[in-house]
Amino acid sequence: MSISKDQVQHIAQLARLKLTDSEMDKFSTQLSAIFEYVDLLNEVDTEGVEPTSQVTGLENVTREDEVIQFCDPVALLSCSPLPIEKNQIKVKSVF
Amino acid sequence: MDLSNLTIARVHQGLKAKDFSSVELTTAYLDRIDQRNDALNAYVTVTREEALVQARELDKKIVQGFELVALEGVPLAIKDLFNTKEIKTTCCSPGLKNFVPPYDATSVARLKKAGMIVLGKTNLDEFACGASTEHSCFGVTKNPWDLERVAGGSSGGSAAAVAADLALVALGTDTGGSIRQPASLCSVPGLKVTYGRVSRFGVTAMASSWDTIGSFGKTVEDLALVLGAMAGHDPYDATTPDAEVPDYASLLTGDVKGLRIGVPKEYFGDGLEEDVKESVMAAIKQLEFMGATIQEISLPMTKYAIAVYYVSMPAELSTNLARFDGVRFGSLPSEAPEDLIDYYFKQRGEAFGDEIKRRIMIGTHVLSAGYFDAYYLKAQKVRTKIIQDFNCAFKEVDVICAPVSPFPAFKIGEKANDPLAMYLADAMTIPASAAGIPSLSVPCGFSKTGLPIGMQIMGPQFEEGRILRVGDAFEKATEWGNQRPRL
Repeated sequence: MSISKDQVQHIAQLARLKLTDSEMDKFSTQLSAIFEYVDLLNEVDTEGVEPTSQVTGLENVTREDEVIQFCDPVALLSCSPLPIEKNQIKVKSVF
Repeated sequence: MDLSNLTIARVHQGLKAKDFSSVELTTAYLDRIDQRNDALNAYVTVTREEALVQARELDKKIVQGFELVALEGVPLAIKDLFNTKEIKTTCCSPGLKNFVPPYDATSVARLKKAGMIVLGKTNLDEFACGASTEHSCFGVTKNPWDLERVAGGSSGGSAAAVAADLALVALGTDTGGSIRQPASLCSVPGLKVTYGRVSRFGVTAMASSWDTIGSFGKTVEDLALVLGAMAGHDPYDATTPDAEVPDYASLLTGDVKGLRIGVPKEYFGDGLEEDVKESVMAAIKQLEFMGATIQEISLPMTKYAIAVYYVSMPAELSTNLARFDGVRFGSLPSEAPEDLIDYYFKQRGEAFGDEIKRRIMIGTHVLSAGYFDAYYLKAQKVRTKIIQDFNCAFKEVDVICAPVSPFPAFKIGEKANDPLAMYLADAMTIPASAAGIPSLSVPCGFSKTGLPIGMQIMGPQFEEGRILRVGDAFEKATEWGNQRPRL
């Protein structure tokens, strides 16, 4: 299937990506080619086939719910490019 | 100091016999990096001071008469996708150029604890997405065998570093071929492990149901020693089972008598370059000569693997990269945002390179309302059929041998404007990734124009020991592993 520029705009909105006009044109062409290729999958009869979600057969891996001091909270917070206040990252307001 | 014939065992003997000190060895590698890295662009960060501090510590231990263990003092390069404590970890992404993580990835921590000395961080395609390292914000890594060609990818920097003696061992990741393909293009052994065999904690996630950690080395035995030190359960990665970690090096008997090798006909069809075909067939004949039996097998789902991968992987990648929102880490947008959502748009629009944006777009589309069943679910069902192919094959054969890449190293820029052509380079490495099985790439020849060719040896899940045994026996019986690029 081909991907129109409008669709590209919609997908970019969902993905929270700001794209330039030329990027949208380029992605429309490139994504169309990729999705046309991927349509090859429709050749395969998958009636009654279970989808794979995990390849080594592990299921429901659980652990004790314990607090572990993993690393220094100040060091972790210092990775943020935004201001830190009272051990919290201060972001722009939502509205 | 001649670095070209060193192995882990020789480093161990040399340090023990005081033929050289750890500082001398480390300095020799750092000097080599100084001489050659400008031409190759294999490293993006060199940790000279940190490496020498570690080396001096080790020399003190040696003088004091401490018993050395196998990996102590072995110089290591690390793909810049692995978190390294207090050392810049960029994922070769514009948005992470200054990111310094406060902790080590589990694999890195284990190798450091085993005494390996970290020389620096190596180049990759941004977030490990690519087959050429051309998608790195630090520029492409050159192939040591031909500087006009790519070293492969995404772990191209690690492969080139080992091939050119800028490290003895290097870490990489393999999601759809990112260790095996550059290993093949640079003529070094490279191992992709079983899904879950090595902890991925602290390594930036690409496609979580596919990602694995592995390494490049000068010999298959070196890969076995490094795997033994990294593998096993990690409480921080729930996909690592508590399965026994054998002494892999002790399994390298050099014997392949009676081994049943499957040769899948689908890997030798259209699109495979003649030189590659000839070299890999000759390598398989060599194993037959050494006592293995050869039988043709069929893996009929092979042709669908790329399509499965380019649905499933971007879906998982776009989900993983959703956490890169410029809040907990990353760069600030250059233009002041109006509100929080505008911050996300502007930050992510600038922080990601072209290929990453393309894959996020593919992934977001296939997971969006109305398309999930047609794409993602369909792909995961076809993936089940690929796994069934391998399960059937391993009832009849012990290992499967095939080419790694349909062609040797290509020219820089050759596939840069055609993403689909680049994706097709992964055709022979993706199926093993889809099934989560281990696969080893070993050097097996050269094209008529002198470019390296690799053979892939695949085995059932958690049978790393078996494929390493075959690779080691092949390596010792042939001269391919001893060839070095002239730089």
